[in-house]
Amino acid sequence: MLEKVKEIVADSLGAEISTLTEASSFKDDLGADSLDLFEVVMAFEEEFDVEIPSEDLEQIATIGDVVKYLEAHK
Amino acid sequence: MKTKVTEILGIEYPIIQGGMAWVAEHHLAAAVSEAGGLGLIGAASAPADWVREQIRAAKKLTDKPFGVNIMLMSPYADEVAEVIVEEGVKVVTTGAGSPEKYMKMWKEAGVKVIPVVASVALAKRMERCGADALVAEGTEAGGHIGENTTMVLVPQVVDAVSIPVIAAGGIADGRGIAAAFMLGAQAVQMGTHFVVTNESVVHENYKKCILKARDIDSRVTGRTTGHPVRALRNQMTKVYLQKEQEGASLEELELLTLGGLRKAVVEGDVINGSVMSGQIAGMVKEEMSCAELIQKLVRETDSLIGGKGFYE
Repeated sequence: MLEKVKEIVADSLGAEISTLTEASSFKDDLGADSLDLFEVVMAFEEEFDVEIPSEDLEQIATIGDVVKYLEAHK
Repeated sequence: MKTKVTEILGIEYPIIQGGMAWVAEHHLAAAVSEAGGLGLIGAASAPADWVREQIRAAKKLTDKPFGVNIMLMSPYADEVAEVIVEEGVKVVTTGAGSPEKYMKMWKEAGVKVIPVVASVALAKRMERCGADALVAEGTEAGGHIGENTTMVLVPQVVDAVSIPVIAAGGIADGRGIAAAFMLGAQAVQMGTHFVVTNESVVHENYKKCILKARDIDSRVTGRTTGHPVRALRNQMTKVYLQKEQEGASLEELELLTLGGLRKAVVEGDVINGSVMSGQIAGMVKEEMSCAELIQKLVRETDSLIGGKGFYE
């Protein structure tokens, strides 16, 4: 799951996959603004067939958070 | 000028006035609605009671539908969302985020929900959660902006969703409206020109700034902070951009713009205040009433694309 999440992040945000870790923060490390965040969330939804409501975005700051969230909601 | 948007909103012309903070209060909103467009009250970061008073005051000036723009990052957003239902407002536009959590409440109350979007992904998401239409706003707009231009954003949003799209950003005359229709939009939202109308209560200095602005006079501050804002250049934007380039902290930058819009709109301090405006300010050359402006826009649009199937 972590690898797939990294792949999606790298792909949607144009980041180098080798630099991504569970601790990578979307905002601080990847320079994602709110539009970028929706972009990557839509990509997760498509790949993992889940719906992530906007209220839950507050729980998602890092790549590790995404993995945790997806595991809890699949 | 009948389009899907005028039908959904119950208005005569597909022209919506942007829900600009401090500027879009009840006089302006009511005047635009009375003139056949859709006026909006900009709730911005104002407390819910202020919004309620504005809604009631607008109702005294017009029987026609008007809306409220809710800024989702406002500390009062939850309360304002409820006031909209309680006061029977017909239309809500939303900015600065996703209104998903209010959707059910608004839909049940029959409120038409029109999120403002600056990307295709957000547009799709808003359609999925039940939006009635979308405002696709390009970076030409004033105030808080995205990076895509109207020319680029509108047709891509139109292709991505099946609900009607309202184009915003860089429109101030019939040519702009005709162009928006060509891109697939079924209405437009305009801000800057409505700031310069007789019914607009902004300080004279603010209007003068827009009237004398040229094509190159706007600046975008805060690109590095992730919250870009377009305003006319002045001492504030100069200092801000200098500090931004020097890598000043977010706190230091925010101090420069704190209360800046109020300063410009209410006090008329257009030197240190934030004179938010779209790029199209350069084309706004004359102050007129909202009714005159809307009639002029309709005439110009008709002469370009009337009878060509874009509207009935």
